[in-house]
Amino acid sequence: MPEILVFLLIKLILVIVIFALWMTMVPLLIWLERKVIADIQVRLGPNRVGPFGLLQPIADAIKLIMKEDITPALVDKWVYGLAPAMLMVPAFLAIAVIPIGGVVTIGERSFALQIMGLYRGPGLFVPELDAGILLVLALSSLGVYGVVLSGWSSANKYSLLGGMRSSAQMLSYELPLGVALVGPLLLAGTLRLNGVVEAQADYGIWFIVPQLVAFAIFLMSGTAEINRSPFDLPEAEQELIGGYHTEYSSFRFAMFFMAEYVNMVTISAVAATFFLGGYRLFFNDIVWLQPVWFVLKLMAFLYLFIWVRGTLPRVRYDQLMKLGWKVFLPVALGNLLVTGLVIAFSPANTILVMSIVGALLGIATFFGLSYAIVYGLRRRRPESERRVVEPTRAGVSE
Amino acid sequence: MTLHQIAFAAVAAVTLISAVFVVILPNILRAALFLVFTFLGVAGLYVLLNAEFLAAMQVLIYIGAITVLIMFGIVLTQQLMGARIRQATQVRMVVIALPVVLIAFAGLAKTFIRPFASAGEHVAAAPAPVDAGTLHQLARMLLQPYVLPFELASLILLAALVGAIVIAKEEKD
Repeated sequence: MPEILVFLLIKLILVIVIFALWMTMVPLLIWLERKVIADIQVRLGPNRVGPFGLLQPIADAIKLIMKEDITPALVDKWVYGLAPAMLMVPAFLAIAVIPIGGVVTIGERSFALQIMGLYRGPGLFVPELDAGILLVLALSSLGVYGVVLSGWSSANKYSLLGGMRSSAQMLSYELPLGVALVGPLLLAGTLRLNGVVEAQADYGIWFIVPQLVAFAIFLMSGTAEINRSPFDLPEAEQELIGGYHTEYSSFRFAMFFMAEYVNMVTISAVAATFFLGGYRLFFNDIVWLQPVWFVLKLMAFLYLFIWVRGTLPRVRYDQLMKLGWKVFLPVALGNLLVTGLVIAFSPANTILVMSIVGALLGIATFFGLSYAIVYGLRRRRPESERRVVEPTRAGVSE
Repeated sequence: MTLHQIAFAAVAAVTLISAVFVVILPNILRAALFLVFTFLGVAGLYVLLNAEFLAAMQVLIYIGAITVLIMFGIVLTQQLMGARIRQATQVRMVVIALPVVLIAFAGLAKTFIRPFASAGEHVAAAPAPVDAGTLHQLARMLLQPYVLPFELASLILLAALVGAIVIAKEEKD
């Protein structure tokens, strides 16, 4: 068998396994979300279908797909049909660069447990994708199209408002999200996700310690980027019915729903890879067990997202924009500056200095922001400056 | 045909066909949508040239920011719904544009093909890079020999940014 076929076969198996992992996470996550939120709200949650209601997501999916697929009369049919796919395809493609385990060696061949990962066999060497994390960021920026197009093509004001809000939000939060990741990237010295994980193992410390500020910014911007509560303005049910997917039903609605959860798993995977050491523990362990550690770290972040949704109230739209541009972006840039300075002036024990400086920076930012928020709340704008935000312009102004 | 050539043909076809659609479609939003596919095709060409970083940047900037902004503009100016803004491609304009484009293309081809033709021999002689590390090379190039153009480009972008804010502010008052 020629080497290229072995290569393709191994990659195919990896694609199936990793895709299956993500696709099992989605129904599991829907179940977990309903159960945890119910627990927070002192309810029971789904408990009829299967043990502990575990089969509830499957029942939901069947119900959803059996429903009629409605296309309203005035919509732009071509764009209307395309929009859900434009949201879902980038969400799935981003999985390709996430490493779920280290490099496995079987006989004379070795390959990374990562779809676009390293492969070394007799006469064939394929390195890991050089762009690495940039691909995830690029694909997450593609997701905006699904939202804005579905909002526009639905011929519905609420959908359009939801779409506009969401595209502005996603565009704004991409910046702090990307800039926050540059800090750990500088420490790792590579864009490859595998390299980031190995760098953390080499330093013997997770990047959450030296890059505490970047971690906080990434987590919050990530929540906004995937439209999760408390930043779920685009689909704020109480204001916009359902936001950009108001007009969608049946399988197309399911696609929106799925894309949202896939994005949530992906952002958690990136967070686990960059800040919690990815698939590695602190000591060298069996490679085949590494996906287990990875999934455990992933689940921790997923739980955090659900927990936040159950606890925090939604922010207002102007607050959301102010937070993104006036707080997250400058703080992320400041963290980048500090990281660069530490690396430039203290090449010997970068991590130790960075951990101390990072902790100080985190404390300073926390108290500075708390003071600013409290002070800003107390000092209200004078009557003449205050103005009523018109509901139709709420999505685009400020 | 090698695998590489088949991939190139597919990517080039996507780029060209969607570029034609950008020009001929009457509905301006759909035209913008095809611009996305054109840029995706260009990103694919970069990948085929082993410039993954450039491809990711192409997607991030041209698709993720610039075309989104274009679409934003279209959607907001269309009075909420309907496809009233239409683009008109006139045959007369095509006749004028065609020779200009051809001359420009010939000039570009003449400029680019000659150095590559002579460089080709050196490339063929050198051993194929195993792990090119293009990103590190790119970073060195940008921050050592080309640092002045690099910084100048940032300065121009900053000036554009400040200019945009000034224009937007004047309109408000």
